[in-house]
Amino acid sequence: MDKNARLYEQLYTIRQFETLLLEQFSTGIFPGTTHTSLGQEANAVGVLAHLAANDVVVSNHRCHGHFLAYGGDPQALFAELMGKPAGICGGVGGSQHLHWRNFYSSGIQGGTVAMATGMALAEKLAGQGSIVFDFMGDGTLGEGIVYECLNMASLWQLPLLIVLENNHIAQTTPSHLAIAGSVVKRFEAFDIPVMQLDTSNVTEILLVAKELVRQVRNECSPRALVIETPRLGHHSKGDDTRADMDVELLWQLRDPISIQGEMLEDQVRYAINRRIDNELQAAFEMALTIEGGRV
Amino acid sequence: MTDRSPLTVLDSLNQGLHQAMADNAQVMFLGEDILDPYGGSFKVARGLSSAYPDRVLPTPISEAGITGIAGGMALRGMRPVVEIMFGDFSTLIADQVINHLTKFNAMYNGQVTVPVVIRTPMGGRRGYGPTHSQTLEKLFLGTPGLTVLAPFHIKGDHELGGPGQLLYEAIVGLDSPVFFIENKLQYLLKLLIPYDLEEYDLAETGTSGNIRFPCYKLSLRSAPAAQLTLTAYGYMAHLALGAIHNLAYEYEIFCELLVPTHLAPFDLSPLYESVSKTKRLLAVEEGTLSLGWGAEVLARTAEALGAGLTRAGRLTARGTVIPVALDLEADCLPDVADIVTRAREMVQK
Repeated sequence: MDKNARLYEQLYTIRQFETLLLEQFSTGIFPGTTHTSLGQEANAVGVLAHLAANDVVVSNHRCHGHFLAYGGDPQALFAELMGKPAGICGGVGGSQHLHWRNFYSSGIQGGTVAMATGMALAEKLAGQGSIVFDFMGDGTLGEGIVYECLNMASLWQLPLLIVLENNHIAQTTPSHLAIAGSVVKRFEAFDIPVMQLDTSNVTEILLVAKELVRQVRNECSPRALVIETPRLGHHSKGDDTRADMDVELLWQLRDPISIQGEMLEDQVRYAINRRIDNELQAAFEMALTIEGGRV
Repeated sequence: MTDRSPLTVLDSLNQGLHQAMADNAQVMFLGEDILDPYGGSFKVARGLSSAYPDRVLPTPISEAGITGIAGGMALRGMRPVVEIMFGDFSTLIADQVINHLTKFNAMYNGQVTVPVVIRTPMGGRRGYGPTHSQTLEKLFLGTPGLTVLAPFHIKGDHELGGPGQLLYEAIVGLDSPVFFIENKLQYLLKLLIPYDLEEYDLAETGTSGNIRFPCYKLSLRSAPAAQLTLTAYGYMAHLALGAIHNLAYEYEIFCELLVPTHLAPFDLSPLYESVSKTKRLLAVEEGTLSLGWGAEVLARTAEALGAGLTRAGRLTARGTVIPVALDLEADCLPDVADIVTRAREMVQK
């Protein structure tokens, strides 16, 4: 499979996982709520293309895409979201609290940045050249601990790549009601070099991330990547207060799966779609039927 | 590392820190103003940055950040120790303790451990005023997954002394988060040695149930049967020890004093044993009354002993701000005379 097809497959896997999840939510099989990565798939896939074996990934409430791009098993994630013992965290953590290998997510916004900063310090002290990827959202910029940690990450020159997925909306609050000043300058104020991208094209993200990851790894110092990235779905479920027309326009212009899909011949794309659809359907059904009591 | 025997609580804690760093290379020390020659506001960290320059990390004034960072370090195999300069500032770390450090093990289904020790001095009587004198550990005592410890100023059998040994065990021996409560006046106390305790019977509980660390039971030697069980920890245990002496010699009221070092998770079985004989329980603390340590102690004892508990009392700080003026501050906080008065009321009325 060529590189474009492989990237498309990863994007499509996340898309279909989230789509299937939302479709099945109304059946009541999933307790609680969930936050899907619809529209933001290319960030996870493009950035995590540069993951080395022992690197660490920290994510937030909107973590399914990051987890799948990290290499996580869709069946184990479905099982986790169903609250089953066979889930990644035995059904205890659920949608927002995942841990598998070197992947960690949590549901308190600013705290994930502190967690990632501490991990980057540990990796620096361990001296094995591993780095930490930290995904955060623009809503997280409202919490003070973020700035404490940006300060220390720069002060101590930690191997930390912050990926700020700027979808310009925090749950229902548009960023013009929440963010004063410049997002980019927040990083610059701490002498953390920052790149800004306004794209849903996975290859563009991949290329910029490659250089930043190289710098973080080789220079052992923090970098930030701000990606302007429309959220195409709801915050969780049934809570998108944006006008339908506006969201429809975003789907037409900024859908990363469509953008990458145009790189492929139709039959290649269809074949991938069909295969992934089948695999995810099977994973979902296996998770649904899998037995096993709690230990 | 000095080879002299510790004389004070401060010495003992300091030696406990040195020993933990010497014995375990994963131990890191973080905090504000901790570098030599200053060695931290209360000098507990003195000598550490000289002995281990690469493992002592001075931080900005970012209590929440450094606590969260310690959590991340622990998830990746280190054993960080965080110094919070004043216990009052523990409100700033509450989210990190409650929603992060104590959550990780359970929410990741036991796949991780979080060996972090957060040390901080609580307490007043130094004229530091409303925001630097409080005793706030009650805010954390009910947090699932959090071990709360408070040293007792006793030398004991270990060369580090009781406080240092407790801190050492917390750092190298526990794989879950620990909130380690020190006290500003307790730092200056001399460690009790057998000579100091000649007048007392001293018993120490072993580990059982939730009790990983000792609970000390003290009473005057050869005294008649105790009429009241007193319980207190930290610096209040020092004042309570003075009070049981006065009560015996001035009022012929005889008490057993129970001093836990393992405050949470709660396991009060040594206390129940004493109260089942005395039927009266007085809990003394420097925190405020409502929903405090003593409230939990009394509730649990009442549940455990039922009608076996006939009198129950609490002595606490007043529920006001702690003033700077020393006379006003003294009015706010329980002292030896207050304990004696309250104990007499409970036994005689």
